[in-house]
Amino acid sequence: MSNDIKHHLTDDLLMAYAAGNLPEAFDLMVATHLSLCDHCRARAESFDAVGGCVLQEQDSPTSMSDGSLAATMALIAQGAPIAKPARPGCTVLPAPLQDYVGGDVNDIKWRSIGMGVKQAILPTTSEATARLLFIPAGAAVPDHSHNGMELTMVLQGAFSDEVDHFGRGDVEIADESLHHTPTADISEDCICLAVTDAPLKFTKLMPRLFQPFLRI
Amino acid sequence: MFTEIDTVTLDEPAAERPALKPRRASKRIRGKPVNKADGSCDTRTEWVSHVRRIRDAQDQAAFAELFQHFAPRIKAFLIKSGSDAALAEECAQEVMATLWHKAHLFDPTRATVATWVFTIARNKRIDVLRKQRRPEPEDLWWGPEAEPDQDDVVALQQETAQLRDAMAALPEAQRQLIEQAYFGDLSHREIASQTGLPLGTIKSRIRLALDRLRHAMN
Repeated sequence: MSNDIKHHLTDDLLMAYAAGNLPEAFDLMVATHLSLCDHCRARAESFDAVGGCVLQEQDSPTSMSDGSLAATMALIAQGAPIAKPARPGCTVLPAPLQDYVGGDVNDIKWRSIGMGVKQAILPTTSEATARLLFIPAGAAVPDHSHNGMELTMVLQGAFSDEVDHFGRGDVEIADESLHHTPTADISEDCICLAVTDAPLKFTKLMPRLFQPFLRI
Repeated sequence: MFTEIDTVTLDEPAAERPALKPRRASKRIRGKPVNKADGSCDTRTEWVSHVRRIRDAQDQAAFAELFQHFAPRIKAFLIKSGSDAALAEECAQEVMATLWHKAHLFDPTRATVATWVFTIARNKRIDVLRKQRRPEPEDLWWGPEAEPDQDDVVALQQETAQLRDAMAALPEAQRQLIEQAYFGDLSHREIASQTGLPLGTIKSRIRLALDRLRHAMN
C-alpha cells in the first residue's frame, strides 16, 4: 500500500465499479488500483453503501420459496469454496492482477512490439482490452492518441509524458484529446497496466498499419 | 462518457453542504428498533452481531433471521437486474451461503450488513447474468486478534442511515436513475457519480477504518 499516489480514479469510474456496470478490463484496473490506494478504496466503498441502501429499501422484497432456508443450509454444509492461497506481500502485481497472470512478474508471457517495448494481453471480455506493458528504462512508447478512454497505471518504475510524472499506483486517464509519448524513467524498467475501450490510434503511419496485428 | 446529474461531488467537505432535511417515507420506521420482516431499518447494529454469531459460533438461528430479512431482497434485486424468478431464487441462496462462509471477512467499520450483502449479490449478478469475472481488490480484515471499536461500528451504521434518508429525499426521477444503475441496467451505465448524496462523511469514516486496519495488520 502506497501513500505516494497522486493520480487517482474518477468518481464516475468508482461508482460504475460499485454498481457493477464496467467492462471486465476496467473492473480489473479499478480492483488493482484499490489494492494499492486506500483513498480510492474508501471512495469506492462509499459508493457500495449507496448500493446497500438500494438493496435495503426496495419496495417489494420477493418471497423465497418454501424450503429455501433448508436448501441454503444444505449448500453451506457442502463447505466453503477453496480459498485462494495467501500471497506473499510486497509483490509487483497486486492480487487481482496475479489472478489474471497466474503468478507474479516473472510469470508474465511478454510479446515484443518493437524497440524493446513488450506487452501481454490479459484474458477479459472483448468490450475493452487490458494489457501489461513493459517499457525499458529510458525508452518511449510511440506517440499515439486514443479513440476512446485509456487508463494506464504504473506497477513498477515510473514514466513521464506531456501531462505529468507517474509512479507506482498512479493512474493516467487519457481520452481522444490527448496525444502523448510516455517515456520510462531511466532508473528502472517500467511495467504498467493499460486498459482501453477502443483501439489506440498511432500518429505515425507505420505503427497504425501494424495495429490490427498488435491488438493495441 | 458520463452524463452529469447534479453538482455536489464526493470529495466536497460535508460541512459546506446545507444541513440535511430528510423527507421520510411513511413506511420507514424511526426510533427504537422494530423487528419486522420487511420494514425494519438497517440502523440496528443487531445485524452486525448476527454476522459475528455466525462467524464465532456457526449460529443457525442468527443466520435464519438474516435469511428472512435479506434473501427476499436479494431475490428482488436480481429479478430487477434481469434474472428470472427461478435463477434469482437459486442465486439468493448462494449469496446467503457466501455470507456464512465469508462472515470472518465482514468489517462493520467499513460497511453495514446491507452494503456487504449488496456487494456479494452484485458480484453474483456479474458472474451469473453477465457471465463475466469480477476482479476485487485484495482482502483486508482485522484478523483473529484485533476487533474493531464498537463506537466506530455505530458511527458507520448511523452515517449509512443518513445516506438512506438522503436517498429517500431525492427527487423521484433521480433516485430511480441511481436505482437503475445499481440494478445493473446497462442502459444506465453512464450514470454520473455526482448524485448530491452525502457520501463525504462515509468516505472519511471508511478511510479512518482502513488506516486503523492497516495499523492493526502491521
